[in-house]
Amino acid sequence: MLGKLTWAAIPFDQPIPLFAAGLVGFIIFCVLVYVTLKGWVPYLWREWITSVDHKRIGVMYVLLAGVMLLRGFTDAIMMRSQQALAFQSPGYLPPEHYDQIFSAHGTLMIFFVAMPFVIGLMNVVVPLQLGVRDVAFPTLNSVSFWLTATGALLINVSLVVGEFARTGWLAYPPLSELTYSPGVGVDYYLWSLQISGVGTLLTGVNFVTTILKIHAPGMTYMRMPMFCWTALASCLLIVAAFPILTATFAMLLLDRYLGFHFFTNEAGGNMMMFINLIWIWGHPEVYILVLPAFGVFSEVVSTFSGKPLFGYRSMVMATLAICILAFMVWLHHFFTMGAGADVNAVFGVATMIIAVPTGVKVFSWLFTMYGGRIVFATPMLWSIGFMVTFVLGGMTGVLLAVPPADFVVHNSLFLVAHFHNVIIGGVLFGAFAGYTYWFPKAFGFRLHEGLGKAAFWCWFIGFYLAFMPLYALGLMGMTRRMQHYDVPAWHPWLLVAALGAAVILAGIACQVAQLVVSVRRREEFRDVTGDPWNGRSLEWSTASPPPAFNFAVLPRIEQRDAYWAMKQRAWQQAEPGEPHYEDIELPRNSATGFICAFFATFMGFALIWHIWWLVAASFFGAFVTFVVFAWRDRTEDLIPADEVARIDRADRRARGAALAHMQSVP
Amino acid sequence: MSAAQESIGPAAWPEHAARGPASKRIIVGYGFWIFLLSDIIMFSAFFATYAVLSGETAGGPAGKDLFHLHTVAIETACLLLSSFTCGIASIGARAYNALMYYGNKALTALFGAGFLALEIREFASMVAQGAGPTRSAFLSAFFTLVGCHGLHVTLGLMWLLTMMAQVFAKGFRADILRRILCFALFWHTLDIIWVGIFTVVYLMGVAP
Repeated sequence: MLGKLTWAAIPFDQPIPLFAAGLVGFIIFCVLVYVTLKGWVPYLWREWITSVDHKRIGVMYVLLAGVMLLRGFTDAIMMRSQQALAFQSPGYLPPEHYDQIFSAHGTLMIFFVAMPFVIGLMNVVVPLQLGVRDVAFPTLNSVSFWLTATGALLINVSLVVGEFARTGWLAYPPLSELTYSPGVGVDYYLWSLQISGVGTLLTGVNFVTTILKIHAPGMTYMRMPMFCWTALASCLLIVAAFPILTATFAMLLLDRYLGFHFFTNEAGGNMMMFINLIWIWGHPEVYILVLPAFGVFSEVVSTFSGKPLFGYRSMVMATLAICILAFMVWLHHFFTMGAGADVNAVFGVATMIIAVPTGVKVFSWLFTMYGGRIVFATPMLWSIGFMVTFVLGGMTGVLLAVPPADFVVHNSLFLVAHFHNVIIGGVLFGAFAGYTYWFPKAFGFRLHEGLGKAAFWCWFIGFYLAFMPLYALGLMGMTRRMQHYDVPAWHPWLLVAALGAAVILAGIACQVAQLVVSVRRREEFRDVTGDPWNGRSLEWSTASPPPAFNFAVLPRIEQRDAYWAMKQRAWQQAEPGEPHYEDIELPRNSATGFICAFFATFMGFALIWHIWWLVAASFFGAFVTFVVFAWRDRTEDLIPADEVARIDRADRRARGAALAHMQSVP
Repeated sequence: MSAAQESIGPAAWPEHAARGPASKRIIVGYGFWIFLLSDIIMFSAFFATYAVLSGETAGGPAGKDLFHLHTVAIETACLLLSSFTCGIASIGARAYNALMYYGNKALTALFGAGFLALEIREFASMVAQGAGPTRSAFLSAFFTLVGCHGLHVTLGLMWLLTMMAQVFAKGFRADILRRILCFALFWHTLDIIWVGIFTVVYLMGVAP
């Protein structure tokens, strides 16, 4: 009846995960009780859970990323403290638990922190920057989000029911085959990533279509803000790379569930094929994450330097060059496979070539700042911190691209330091810059500057303290994923790294405090103009938070930096008369996404535990959900012109007053 | 920046940009194409795997011991005919001709089911001979590649029957016509993939 699921699945003998899960469960229970007692459930259901509004979905993505960041960081700090303590001693984490922690840390941080964070920013911003009312497929967007949330939920369920994979974040076979990992850990890993992968793929399809087919009149491709270009490149990579991940995981699942021989040691299986396939997805994934971050920096640097982006065309070219090169370098993740000198040389050179378009980007940001009136607001600090840090990470990357050098430091902490250098310094700093920059747009008030700057400095210093020692340790020969060690020379460096993790913890505490303080003092930080940073692109031309329809009348775009141009014109001539308002049709809210994810959660759980009747029942439920959705007669709600006019007039009054005020202060 | 050059008037805009957002029919068709491309990429991963593993028979039977081109030819004919009737059904839908639509969709379903029946029979006979997917890496790759196509046909049949019921319940509404367009794209894509399977798996598999 319940497949492999028995009471033995709950780790009563392991106090740490049981306590952690109990605490998390208790917090979730308290939040649910509080929300119910306050009577917020109908509001949440109506306005958020069933919402198909891209801004709401984006906010939920970022919230998911933030919560998972806390979880992933807990894993990180456990690893750092274990390694600080485990010098000539077993430390406090037994090996089988330590292995689960580093596997979960990587999986969570990439799939459920970095991905939802950048996809959330795209959701909030891209349609606004294009000057349109929504994405191409709003309900599909909601389905994507809820499937991602399903994946995150399943991974966290593994804390308390069963176990998580002990195979590292990419689950290389033959270790991840049934013979060597007979438990449910790898199955949790595979099914949660399969389900969330479908969500990500649908997001990619949705945004490619949106960016290429839906824009305001006059928004030609070469007038799109840089963030839209990088989002497009990122989503093209999603569409081209995620199906390969799905296929690869499907093969591993077939090996594990039905005894196939794709990656097994016997009957002709080939485990190196898994490693090739997974990195054909995995390397583009790196750019899927970092390209939108590059877009954020382009917007932030241009806004806070008060100048148009330097070298827009070369930035577009560089973005698309990276997009293509991303698929030509996967083998550099395993030069030691033994493909031979020629193959390694080709992939090594291809890898180094990526430094060229990336360099173009760094110089463009520097020249954008050159001669500008730079405002050192929090988003700008993240951007400058990024430039310094990312260049360093890029240099160690080029070093690793040299196959002979790579042989020496392969699988060492040098590699771990390198990819944290580019992922924290690139993706995460970009995500935080975007979060601070667009928060006032999403909520109508700014975040506290002082705490934001404190968070930046803690993260910046903490990052260097935590990861520079790992470079040294890698060169000293320390391999990654060690549960304990006996080399005295390593110990002091690991103590410094643990201190760095503690400083980063302070940074995260500042960010939590910043959010709480800003929400409590929101009237003080209120932005009535919709344009708190003197912005340049169209998202700043509408109210904060934007009305459900984004723009009362679709803007007409005549040049790049469209809103900046509008402001210049408004200064030179009197405010043009009121536009002609028309009725606006908006897609109706739909519970389809939530209900699909509900069934997907049960289906995933049932597949992991081999509860076949539940698999069939959930599949049937999901199918029925789609049919019910397809049977709807009313798919859109009408907002009458009077209502549009009422909302827009209030915004125009506030904006006009702000403009008059800016004119009077030269 | 050449601001003066940039701000030339609407007359110089490319047509797609001047109009603003594209029509729903274009958006839906385009988005579905992008999805189909991603599906083709997934198949390409299975094709690549098959290419790598096609010689790894582990002492078991190889393609030329197992494949019967006669059956595969009938399967191919079924699938191509079903695509033809699917195209005719689309014309019927566009002409609001219910009889032409239902008749040809029913034929499409029939040919699709015929294809599936033949494929299942082929799979069953292979498993009965001891040449199931667990026998060797080659057979794992074969069953996965061909089976994934078969799974797509199965899901396509479920979709097709749902669409027939939907037209019956709602008539040829604009959104339903868009779905008919998407289904036709999907069904033709399965043909393209089958042409790849027919060539790479079956023809090259029996080649001496």
